Amino acid sequence: MAGLCESVPGFLCKFPAFSDASVRAARKVIDDGFKSLVRSYINAIDALVQPLQWFLNDLERLFVNSPWPFVLIVMLGVVYFGSRNIKITIGTAVSMFAIGLMGLWNDTMVTLAMVTVCTLIAVLIGIPIGILMARSDRVQAFVNPILDVMQTMPSFVYLIPVVMIFGIGKVPGLIAVVIYAIPPMIRLTNLGIRLVDKEVLEAADAFGSSGWQKLRNVQMPLALPTIMAGINQTIMMSLAMVVVASMVGVGGLGKNVLQAINNQFFTVGFLNGFALVAIAIIFDRTSQAYGRRLQKHSEVIHG
Amino acid sequence: MVSHAIEVRNLYKIFGPRGGDYVDAVKNGLGKAELNQKYGHVLGLRDINISMPAGGIMVVMGLSGSGKSTLIRHINRLIDPTAGEVLYDGVDVCRMNEKDLREFRRHKTAMVFQKFALLPHRTVLENTVYGLEIQGVSSGEREKRAKEWIARVGLAGFENHYPNQLSGGMQQRVGLARALTNDADILLMDEAYSALDPLIRVDMQTVLLELQKELKKTVVFITHDLDEALRLGDKIAILRDGMVVQQGTGQEIVLNPADDYITAFVKEVNRGRVVNVETIMAPLSGNPEGMPIAKGTVLESAARAMTSANQTLAHVVDEAGKPLGALTLSAVIAAMVTQATDEAQAA
Repeated sequence: MAGLCESVPGFLCKFPAFSDASVRAARKVIDDGFKSLVRSYINAIDALVQPLQWFLNDLERLFVNSPWPFVLIVMLGVVYFGSRNIKITIGTAVSMFAIGLMGLWNDTMVTLAMVTVCTLIAVLIGIPIGILMARSDRVQAFVNPILDVMQTMPSFVYLIPVVMIFGIGKVPGLIAVVIYAIPPMIRLTNLGIRLVDKEVLEAADAFGSSGWQKLRNVQMPLALPTIMAGINQTIMMSLAMVVVASMVGVGGLGKNVLQAINNQFFTVGFLNGFALVAIAIIFDRTSQAYGRRLQKHSEVIHG
Repeated sequence: MVSHAIEVRNLYKIFGPRGGDYVDAVKNGLGKAELNQKYGHVLGLRDINISMPAGGIMVVMGLSGSGKSTLIRHINRLIDPTAGEVLYDGVDVCRMNEKDLREFRRHKTAMVFQKFALLPHRTVLENTVYGLEIQGVSSGEREKRAKEWIARVGLAGFENHYPNQLSGGMQQRVGLARALTNDADILLMDEAYSALDPLIRVDMQTVLLELQKELKKTVVFITHDLDEALRLGDKIAILRDGMVVQQGTGQEIVLNPADDYITAFVKEVNRGRVVNVETIMAPLSGNPEGMPIAKGTVLESAARAMTSANQTLAHVVDEAGKPLGALTLSAVIAAMVTQATDEAQAA
């Protein structure tokens, strides 16, 4: 191969890149521009995300400072009334006891608060965007590539601008997690609404439904199983991302995992990892059982 | 509530992004196949003119692809026409703005669908109140009215079942109850019974006929089944390739089919159940003889009545009992089997 390279013009052999100097200059301009932009709006940005900070701190304080039996009972109540399944409830109790015995209760509570807030925000932002996408092909064509980027861009990469804008702390971690976890919420809301039976929609039209009535009475209820799958995926992805977010200062189980990686603490790493898995399974089983319960009416009795 | 007639005038529908551009060409004789091949547009309806009787059942019949479902969707404008008008009570539905159209759909029309199109997450009762719910009727009032209709279509006791828990026939009863609860003048039935078993279908036809006796709505009924059309229709229009081939009463169509296509259709029809006695009666000569038979009786019933009374002579009388014409049993039977003799002669 080397022989071939000698007999052809140089630009065919080595890819003709921009010169190092010009790349460096461009990079400097962009970085400096971005930094000065951030610096000049820093107060506005801080004020904007302040409510998030409060919400997150309050919830975290509530989870951590409440007596553990109280938190456990509330949690088991939510799991039971969500799933109506005693097995899942017992599984939850056993896992939470194991977590507590290993001394990970507080860290788990911090992570739980984080995931709760992230999921709430992802749902609140994701569903309206999904609805807009379902209503207009143009919006879909615009949003889809953005979602592709959000899902494939390595999370470490968009941590950089997030940290540059918001600094180190919980809020930038939260924003990073939401960016990572929101695409399935948007996509599945869009998909669910687009899959609604055309005949039923036509019937809603024939009876004179307005757009809002159609959305509320037909599209959202019929898309609900798909939307529930989206919420489930969003929770799972938030849990996966809290470990990465610990790199920018999010506490909890993720931080322990990060320390274990840095110090090669094999046992600590696995204990915290399993605690995350336990929470993930609790969330997953509960939300899925709840979703199935909402679909009880679709059980066919007649053939 | 007085129902009005629906007038469909010069209605054209061309499917495709630039349908409007080809209306004139179609008016000047551009065919369906040519339009599709040359311009990639599909001719849905071509110059439809039907006047649908007020308070009667108008049946639109045709095979799949004939445009019958397209036509019924123009009456509540689920499909926009390319040209033409649909008049109800002097107002062109095709020119209504969005708000008027919504009001028209809410208060003047109700629709029953082939595949039922019920809301699967709502119970029978919740489905039935749907029309009133979006009109903003209070929940007590709408449930009271819905329950009445659920009972009328024979579903009392099933109010809290989900559609998936019911059989096809029962689901369509829910569809009918939902439409009737709307209390609209126009009832649109798009192949409402085509998905049902034959026995249940006849059953549902009876339900519709009995309700119609008292409600007198303007019903537009779409079907591909000629027997169903003849049983239900006060007036029938037969569609083929988006055009009306023939329209008239069932009797007119069976006795005088407009072309070979319709002849082929009506060949298998039981004429004894379609043709009325006054159609074949002979003028009265002298005093009426034999038993009286009411005007409007179909041949089959007349033959049955005459044979069971062991009479070969009868006379037709009107509502007031005035004699109109004479019948013989052999003439009645001959008329019932005429089709076969026609064919024998043709052969």
